[in-house]
Amino acid sequence: MRLKEVAPGDTVTVKKVHGEGPIRRRIFDMGITPRTKIYVRKVAPLGDPIEITVRNYELSLRKDEAQEIEVE
Amino acid sequence: MKVALVGNPNSGKTTLFNELTGSTAKVGNWPGVTVDKKEGKYKKAKTPMDIIDLPGVYSLSPYTLEEVIARDYIINDKPDVIINIIDGTNLERNLYLTTQLLETDIPVVGALNMMDLVEKNQDKINLSLLSSKLNIPLVEISALRATNIKALMEEVVKTTTKREPLNLFKGTKLEKSFYALYDLFVKNGLKQPTFKASKLLENDEKLLASEEIKNLANEIKRIVEITEDSEAEIADIRYQFIEDELSGSLEKSRVLGDLTTSDKIDRVLTSKILGLPIFALIMFAIFHTTFSENFLFLGINSPGVYLQGLMEIPVEWITGGLEGLLEGAGASSWVFGLVIDGIVAGVGGVLSFIPQILVIFLFLSILEDSGYMARVAFLMDRILRKFGLSGKAFLPLLTGFGCSVPAIMGARTLEGERERKLTMMLVPYMSCGAKAPIWALFASAVFTDHGDLMTFGIYMLGILVAVISAIILKKFVFKGDASPFVMEMPAYHFPRLKNLALRLWDKLKGYIIRAGTVILASTIVLWFLSNFDFGLHMVEANSSNSILGVLANGIKFIFIPLGFVSGPDGWKAVVAILTGLIAKEAVVSTMGVLYTNMESEEDFLGEDDATTSLIATVGATFTPLAALSFMAFNLLSIPCMAAVAALKAELNDRKTFWFALVFWIVVAWIVSFLIYNVGGLLGF
Repeated sequence: MRLKEVAPGDTVTVKKVHGEGPIRRRIFDMGITPRTKIYVRKVAPLGDPIEITVRNYELSLRKDEAQEIEVE
Repeated sequence: MKVALVGNPNSGKTTLFNELTGSTAKVGNWPGVTVDKKEGKYKKAKTPMDIIDLPGVYSLSPYTLEEVIARDYIINDKPDVIINIIDGTNLERNLYLTTQLLETDIPVVGALNMMDLVEKNQDKINLSLLSSKLNIPLVEISALRATNIKALMEEVVKTTTKREPLNLFKGTKLEKSFYALYDLFVKNGLKQPTFKASKLLENDEKLLASEEIKNLANEIKRIVEITEDSEAEIADIRYQFIEDELSGSLEKSRVLGDLTTSDKIDRVLTSKILGLPIFALIMFAIFHTTFSENFLFLGINSPGVYLQGLMEIPVEWITGGLEGLLEGAGASSWVFGLVIDGIVAGVGGVLSFIPQILVIFLFLSILEDSGYMARVAFLMDRILRKFGLSGKAFLPLLTGFGCSVPAIMGARTLEGERERKLTMMLVPYMSCGAKAPIWALFASAVFTDHGDLMTFGIYMLGILVAVISAIILKKFVFKGDASPFVMEMPAYHFPRLKNLALRLWDKLKGYIIRAGTVILASTIVLWFLSNFDFGLHMVEANSSNSILGVLANGIKFIFIPLGFVSGPDGWKAVVAILTGLIAKEAVVSTMGVLYTNMESEEDFLGEDDATTSLIATVGATFTPLAALSFMAFNLLSIPCMAAVAALKAELNDRKTFWFALVFWIVVAWIVSFLIYNVGGLLGF
């Protein structure tokens, strides 16, 4: 499953980060690495981006980026 | 001694910098407020220290301009000590940057910031344990409350010997590759071999492109294979290291998903149904409070307008006092004209709008400080992306409502080159504080009953033109997809009075300095140009025979289709437009000089203050449509020379720079043309 598909209120675990270059690196830098727990907080009023809690802080990212994050 | 402040965005670096140096660098509660490195002096130590505030970064990867500025400084300029500011409420992610700093041999002192919040959250950090695990001194501070700053600096003085770089790779999959690279770099005499070996394994583009690595490319290829996976591997190794370090040193009282007060506020402010209406309401309330003459629909003046009225009183006093003084001294009529008609009318006109600028800045600062600005990016991203921008571009664009200069500089926080250029080009369309006096003048002079609606409309026009320009520019000039949007949402907190006061004072100071220098000088020059002809004979004040009148009449034809230069006084509007290209504050002061058409001392003494007379003349000169066309041109053309200088410095690209200037003027002309002519056809 991809992070994009997770419903708000659910907690998931990161399996793998796909994609390449700057965006993949940025995802790692922000603490989204394999085995990290992610709590999906909400979706923005217009349907994108989403907001998550990861490593005890709040992060927002677009569905395009969330698509690259494989979770379970 | 050089001390660099390094830390995550929003970790309190700039607050600490201000505390150390007494400077008033801008502080906000959104990631990315410091875009350039700033220097100051810490004077309380025995030997004064140079403090360098580097831009906030999450990592020393080579992708954003800020990261490049920070790492170049650390690696090339080699500070004597690094103060690594670590947000105590967000240890894990903050320590990620620390692991990278520790791979250099530069001494590091960790400043655990926001310890007051950590205590409030009832979390516990075992300082001595963490300090011994990281092998660097740690000091608990609160930059905001200025606690323990002295202890921190004492630790900095003590920590000046080189450190053994941190080796993260022992016992990991990458151990062999790391040592192979490390040995190669040591053999070839590269500086910071641990840092470079680790970065190279991370597939670091900037390092790969550097001369010293290119020279070794063949050997590197022979000994290690760098794959995409090793990048993931290293991020994992770093966070694994942090988790190990933190086990035992951090006790969290909250579990994943628990709601804090900040979370509860956030639930309302970014809710699906209420989020956008609340945002629109906040924006309207700000403009209503600043510019409305019908506050809360009660028929009274809003605080902004009321304060502006108060400000006119001292301006009147000064005018009256100067008039008396000059008369007593028996000044000749030209001195009288220069001082009262030139300087007082020009500078006084600008000064009387200070209250409104301060009020709007106060509101923007509160939004920024409280953390709401980051939510605005969250709310607006979907819309902005349609125009090739990310929600992050909303932050610099919103700053543009204050001043174009920091807004253009703030565009640096954007990741994509195209997006950065596009944002900078759109910044002037956000009506800046210096343009506010123009709207206020026309609101009182021409649109007396609907001043707030007109002002709101002008702001909206700017946004609309920005949207259309963005679509056009994206389609034909800056082609390609929008860059990624991954952004930290800081916790909400009450804006700090000290912060707000500092920021307003800074703004006020800048404005007064400009009024006293650039504006003063330009009003004197303008007065000269508008009272003398080419033979340097004094002519009737503000006549079309004056030097200015002749010049403006010469290029008036360009503006004839725009409707605001008709009649014998038309050239005056041209002059106001021209001085507006230098600084938008100068538009009103120019009009103050040119439109207060008084010829003798008796006239001056019989008149009310300069502002009233300016409002009356402008009201009589401009039709509503001509006024709109005139305002649109001022709104959309080149904002000011300071912004042009900022753009040139930021772009570093001649072609785009000239393109931007021409684009601004052409768009301003086209929009003014449309307003005047389509409005005319519609019968306004």
